[in-house]
Parts: sequence; C-alpha cells; structure tokens
Amino acid sequence: MTTQGAIMTVRGLRKYFPIKGGILGRTVKNVHAVDGVDLEVFAGETLGVVGESGCGKSTTARLLMHLINPDQGALYFDGKLVGSPELPLKAYRRQVQMVFQDSYSSLNPRLTIEDNIAFGARVHGTPAQEALSRTHDLLDRVGLDPARFAGRYPHELSGGQPHPGKIERARALALRPKVIILDEAVSALDKSVEAQVLNLLADLKAEFGLTYVFISHDLHVVRFVSDRVMVMYLGQVAEIGTAESLYDTPLHPYSRALLSSMPSMDPDNRTQEPALTGDPPNPIDPPSGCRFHTRCPVAADVCAQQVPALTQRAARHLVACHAHDPASGYVAPSRQEAAE
Amino acid sequence: MFGYTLRRIIYTAPVLLGVAVVCFALVHISPGDPLISILPADASVDLQNRLRVLYGFDRSYPEQFILWLGRALQGDLGTSIATGRPVTTEVMRAVANTLMLAAVATFIGFVLGCFFGFVAGYFSNSPLDKAASAAAVFGVSVPHYWLGMVLVIIFSAQLGWLPAAGAGPGGSSQWKFDMVHLSYMVLPALTMSVIPMGIIARTVRALVAEILAQEFVIGLRARGLSEFGVFLHVVKNAAPTALAVMGVQLGYLLGGSILIETVFSWPGTGMLLNSAIFQRDLPLLQGTILVLALFFVVLNLAVDVLQSALDPRIKR
Amino acid sequence: MADISLTQLQPLDAVRSAGYWQNVGARLVRDKTAMAAAAVLLLLVLAAIFAPLVAPLDPLDGRLTNRLKPIGTEGHLLGTDELGRDMLSRLIWGGRLSLLMGVTPVVLAFIIGSAVGIIAGYAGGWTNTIIMRTIDVFYAFPSVLLAVALSGALGAGLGNALLSLTVVFIPPIARVAESVTTRLRSSDFIEAARASGADALTIVRVHVLGNVLGPIFVYATSLIAVSMILASGLSFLGLGVRPPSPEWGLMLNTLRTAIYVQPWVAALPGAMIFMVSISFNMLSDGLRSAMEVRQ
Repeated sequence: MTTQGAIMTVRGLRKYFPIKGGILGRTVKNVHAVDGVDLEVFAGETLGVVGESGCGKSTTARLLMHLINPDQGALYFDGKLVGSPELPLKAYRRQVQMVFQDSYSSLNPRLTIEDNIAFGARVHGTPAQEALSRTHDLLDRVGLDPARFAGRYPHELSGGQPHPGKIERARALALRPKVIILDEAVSALDKSVEAQVLNLLADLKAEFGLTYVFISHDLHVVRFVSDRVMVMYLGQVAEIGTAESLYDTPLHPYSRALLSSMPSMDPDNRTQEPALTGDPPNPIDPPSGCRFHTRCPVAADVCAQQVPALTQRAARHLVACHAHDPASGYVAPSRQEAAE
Repeated sequence: MFGYTLRRIIYTAPVLLGVAVVCFALVHISPGDPLISILPADASVDLQNRLRVLYGFDRSYPEQFILWLGRALQGDLGTSIATGRPVTTEVMRAVANTLMLAAVATFIGFVLGCFFGFVAGYFSNSPLDKAASAAAVFGVSVPHYWLGMVLVIIFSAQLGWLPAAGAGPGGSSQWKFDMVHLSYMVLPALTMSVIPMGIIARTVRALVAEILAQEFVIGLRARGLSEFGVFLHVVKNAAPTALAVMGVQLGYLLGGSILIETVFSWPGTGMLLNSAIFQRDLPLLQGTILVLALFFVVLNLAVDVLQSALDPRIKR
Repeated sequence: MADISLTQLQPLDAVRSAGYWQNVGARLVRDKTAMAAAAVLLLLVLAAIFAPLVAPLDPLDGRLTNRLKPIGTEGHLLGTDELGRDMLSRLIWGGRLSLLMGVTPVVLAFIIGSAVGIIAGYAGGWTNTIIMRTIDVFYAFPSVLLAVALSGALGAGLGNALLSLTVVFIPPIARVAESVTTRLRSSDFIEAARASGADALTIVRVHVLGNVLGPIFVYATSLIAVSMILASGLSFLGLGVRPPSPEWGLMLNTLRTAIYVQPWVAALPGAMIFMVSISFNMLSDGLRSAMEVRQ
C-alpha cells in the first residue's frame, strides 16, 4: 500500500461534514470537503498544496494531523498505518507537527511563551529542565531572544511583528519532528517579513532534516519553496507534479487557469489562457464527473459523466483530466461549440 | 419562522418530560413512607396494604410514573391530603391569584426598569447613570421578603395607609377589581416588582448604551435627526430584547412568589406551597410545582417564539 | 503619544511577566467600590468567626421580662428579640450560619458545575447532548421554586437546605462552563495541543482550565448574592436552620410578629442579609470589570 521512499502515504482520504437541518436535526446534506485524495510525501521534500479557498486544503492538513477523523481512507507513516498498534497516534504526532496560521489565537494566552512551546515536549516525557533548555535554544534559533521573551505572555508581544509565527515554529520544532505541515504559515505576513520567514524555514529544514507539507493560496510562495506541487479542486487532487514541470507545463485546465491568474513579473511570459470566471461550485452538491467541467473551457460530454482518474502523464507529473487520456473518449469541443 | 416555532416546540417536549420526572421524584425523595401522611395513626396492617395497592405504591417506579403521568395529562393531580379536595382545583384557584399579582408586579417593574435603564444608558457615566445603576444593583441585591416587611412597617404599621396582609377585607381570597381590593395589592406588587425592575434596568441600560454607540446612530445624528427621532430609533431596537426579558421575569415571579406571598399572606401558589410543605401534603406540593414549572416552560417558549418573530435579526 | 515613547524606551529585559491573576488583582485593588464591599465582607466574616470573642452576650440566653427592647437600650445596643435575647450578639453569631448557608452551595456548585460543564463542552457530541438536556430540565424551574420544592420534599434542616441550593446552582454554572469550553475547544491553540499528541485530560488540565475557570469563577461570585437571599429565604420559610440557632433568615421570620411593637429591631436581620448580598454583588461586578481588560 505504501510507495517506496515515501515518508507519508495517503490512500482514498475522504471527509464529509454533515449539515443538519429539518425539524429533527437529521443530516440532510454533506459538504464534500475532501473526497478521495491519494498522495505521497517523500522524505526531505517540500510538497506545496494550492487551490482556491474552500478546496479542502486545510481539511487535508487536519486529516494528515488526525485532528479530525477521516470518514474513509488510510494514512501510512514510514510504512506503518497511523493509529494501529504499530504506530499509535501519540507516537505519530511526535514525528509530524503542524504550524498554524501566524496569529495569536494559536497560543494559549494564559501560558508564558516558553510554557506554550515546551508543552508538547513535556507531553512526550521530556524532563522539565531539558524541555526548557531546548525551548530556549529553539526560541533563539527562530529569532526571539529567550532572555527577553521566554517568560512573557503572548499578548505582551508587540503587534505587527511575526512573533506568534516564530513561537509557532519553535513549538513545532520542539518535538523534533520529521514532517511539518505548514497551513497558510506565511499568509498573514507582510511581504518583507515573508521573505525572511521563508529563508528561515529553508534553513531549519536543512538543519533538522525536515520534510514540509506547505499549504498556501499564494502561488508565488509555493513555487519558491516547493519541490513538488499538488493542485486541489473541490476536495480532489487535480494535478500533482514537480514544481518546475507543473508551473512550466501545467496539464490540467484548472491549473492553467489558476497559473494564468498569477501576476507575472515578465510581460512576455504571460499565458494566454482565459482566467477563471465565477466562484467554485458548491461543495455540498459537487458537479458530476470531473468536478471542474462546469468552469472548464475545454469540457466535453465525457467530462460531465465520468470521473477522471489521476494518471501519470509526464515524468513525476500526474493529472486527472480526460483531455489527457486518449482512452477516455474525449473529443475536444471546437471553438464555436465552446463559445455557445 | 414556522419551522423555527415547530422545532422549538419539539425541543420543549423532552424538557417537559424531564420536569414531570423531577416532580414525580419529589414525593419519592421525601423521607418516610409516602403512605404515612394519608393513613390514620392507628391504621391496621391490612388497611395499609390495601391503600398501598390502591395508590399504586406497591408497583415499580417506572410503572408508578406512567400511571401518575397518565392521570396528570387528564388533569388529575390527585387529592390534597389536608383538605380532601382535588389538587387541580386548589392549584388553579391559587394560580389565578399569583398570576394577577405577578403580572401587575412585572408591569411595574418593566416601567420602572425601562425608565432607569433609559436614563442610565442615555447619560452613561453621568451622576444620573450612577444613581440609576445603583437602583438596579439595589433591585437585584435586596432580599425581597425583607423589603416587603419594611414596606409593611412603614405603610401599615407606622402610617396605617395600606393593609398589611391578605387579598381583601376579612381575609377573603375572592378577588374583585375595586379600590379596597387594589389597596391590598399595592404593597405585595411593589415589593415583587423590585426584582424585574433591577434586571430590566440593567438590560435596558446595556442595550441603549450599545445602540447609541453604533455608527449608524452617530450617522443619524450627523444627518440632523432630532433627538426624539433618535430616541424612537433606540426604543425600536431595544424593545424586542427588553420585552423578552420581561416575559422571562414574569415566569420567575410566578414561581418565585412564595416568599413574598408568605410575607403578605397573599392567597396564591406561594401560600399553597407553604401550607403543603408544613402539612406534609405531598400531592399538593407536587401538583403545585408541576403546574408552576409548566407555566414557566410554556412562557419561555412563547417568549422565544415571539422574540424571533419581532426581531428579524434572530435567525435560528 | 507619551505612552508609546515610554514603552519603546523601556527595556524589555524584565524576564518574568506578572501572571494574569496578578494583573486582575492589581486592578481590583484600585477599584474603590469593590474594595469597600470586600472590607465590609471581611469585617462580617471575621466577626462571625470570632463571635465568641466579639459578641457582648450569649445569643441563646434571654429573659422574657426583657423582650423587645428598642435599639439603643442600655446593655443591648441593638435591642432584644421576642425572647429577650440580645440582638447584636445574635446578629454576630447569626453571620456564622447565614454566611455558611449562602456561600457553601455556590462553592459546591462551582466545583460540580464546572466539572460537568467542562466535560460536556470538551467532549461535545452525545455526551454534551445528554448532559445539557438534563441541565435544561432543571432550568425549567425558577430557582426559588426549585429550592423550595427540593427542601420542602426533603424536609427542613441545614443539610437539606444546603443540598437543595447546591442543586439549584449547578445548572447555571454548568451552562456557563459548557459555553466557554465549547468556544475554547475550537481555538487554534487547543488544536495545536491536540496535534502535539497530548491526551484529553492533559489538554483540559493545562490549556482548558486556565482559560475557562476565570469566567466561570466570576459568574459564580455573582451567584453568591442570590444564594445568600435564597438561603436566608429558606430559613425564613422555616425550611433551613431550626430555632433557637441564630440565623438571619430565621430571626427575620420569628420577629415578624413583632413589627407592630419594635419594627426596626425586627428589620435588622434582613438589613444584614441585604448588606452581605449587595457587597457580594459589588465585589463581583468589580472582579468582572477587572477581568474584562484583557491586554
């Protein structure tokens, strides 16, 4: 079930959120937040995850962390099923950590900064003294002077500074994890600060031998940090490939549209793809077949009927699109048809 | 709207069932054999056993509960041990008296509470606000039974202006709307109104201050709306919540009147409870509490539904 | 503007910051009303504790020839009651039972209600539904009615009155505890704590309690005033302490018959209840506003 060299393997992950309604409060509908996601994370890489808001990025992150239980699907870490006796949840969580959005709400306001950071290590049985000294080292490493900040409370930090994020990163590192999931970790930062943070993340990765899953809506940042990139659309994987291959030759019409909406620094390099129009469809009743067909400029009949499988189309580059599958019976619509 | 009402009613059903369970249990948490209070002191064992079967006390608790609930649903709450009359009759007569007293008290409390609340909210942080807020703190802190005593001391014992006890001359419990009967109601109603006064004043003060601080009110003023116009606007926005608080307070007074009724010997449910407790008249105690709790639940339900109808912002 | 430059100039090297409760305490001490209320309460509590030393006379010893003396009588500063006992001594001694009856139910309900509410809030799902629906049932009774019903059914006595009042105050405290815990549960730092692999008990101990106990505590203190009035009310109805023990509610009841003879002596016990209740309310208000300033 697991792929060679993959530190994390995800198979058929699905999560629906029920919507209660009616007089008796029964589940009347489901939000298809994550619907059948397969992916591998290879040791030492940075896997970027992009998509419009509501595409299931954050739910995927929480599922990877087992913060919410999947309805279906399995998660393997180092070849072991997470949650099995072989790899209990607690042991798994020591090796995989998550960095939340850069905000004060991710810090317990009643604990000092060092207590916030040391909590995880203490949970896993690190002696108090060692946890404390490790905390001070990490604070120093992420750019906060432990002598000045360790004994303070989160709200005493000056506003507008990326301090909560620094503390968050120190906290994630405190458990000496192998994988860190970064959910919109730099989204709330100024551009000037963002660059510093990205550099620091790269340094930390090299220093501690980390693997990153980097979730962001910012396509530039994802390209900058990622070895491979996964594009999500309405809870499913549309395309996944190396950053170069995906950004240079995007195969899925959605990826092309997404990338074309990205302001380019080079005027000659602008793609000619039509930009995405309208909002994504409602994840409560996702479209049949390929979920993108309602907004796809090259959709054909087959796209509304059959779900395209994620298939390899180039070196380390997979896409779920009938247009790239000769066996799918896909007939490209002529320009006129598309215009109708 | 209709959906919400229906859902709210359905959610109330299990609460009502729970209320019935608690009332049923009251008799059984009471120490001693429930039969003792019914039996003559020299009753033979044979008579005891026959009565036990007759009252169903020989059955299991769930069985007893279902039998009791079935009778209660048909309006039969048993027989008062002290008077031998049906509990339902006794309770209903008392409820009418309590309801009248509580309604008048709530009305007075609402008017005074709104006045103090508006003044405090309009002139917030001024000496007027401080005084009105002090009145509100007084209202929620004063032991109302003691306030009743103090009022009796002043207006009955010292000044002799108003009667001290009862609901009419000669200890009559038949209510009539005339000056004599009304004079009997003044003191208990005033005493009772202090609690809702305090709570409504607090609520209204907070509401008014909040509404006035909102930007659109500042905008209305800037566009030259008269102070009276602003006032009307505030009233319109504060009314649904204030009325809802009033409704809930009426329910509290219905159930919480026992102390005040005892002070003034007002022939309502409080007096009834008081005598039921001291004569160990458990069926009467149980029946009175059940009826009052039902009133309270239904009133809360009505307030919720009305509030959601009045206030378009509440979408539930 | 001066503030800002000061903050900038101030060296940040103060390694250890004052904790949250220290800050709340410092703000509370500056609140004159709250401090006055606290002083009154402290005085009454001390008087009650040291009643044997403070009270001039035996609270149970009275002569009928000496009954219902007015306030200011020689040797009986606050007069005597219907059995000729010294009012001042009885009021001082009465504080013992009255304060005990007012405060104990709220303390017990704070412990039990917080536990129940935090469990319901943190567990969520069915556990929450079952606990909260049960609580709703108790909410269907006005508090006075529930207290009277329970102690009326259980029978008069100090223990039964305390039990009834505790049952009355558990539901409101549990509701507050549940709502603050539920709000907290979805916050990022609780998720982060779960992500670090901590079990539920550890998270509740380290991350939940510190954040929810404050608001629940403030709410509970606001209930003490109500509890004082209710507890003395039960005694007033004859459902609490039995005579001849001095207790303010009971004294008020037995002195009711004397309102035409010595009205102001008869009103004294109620004034004590009022004083304690309003002091607790003001202290609770002060505590609330001291805690509201968060940053």
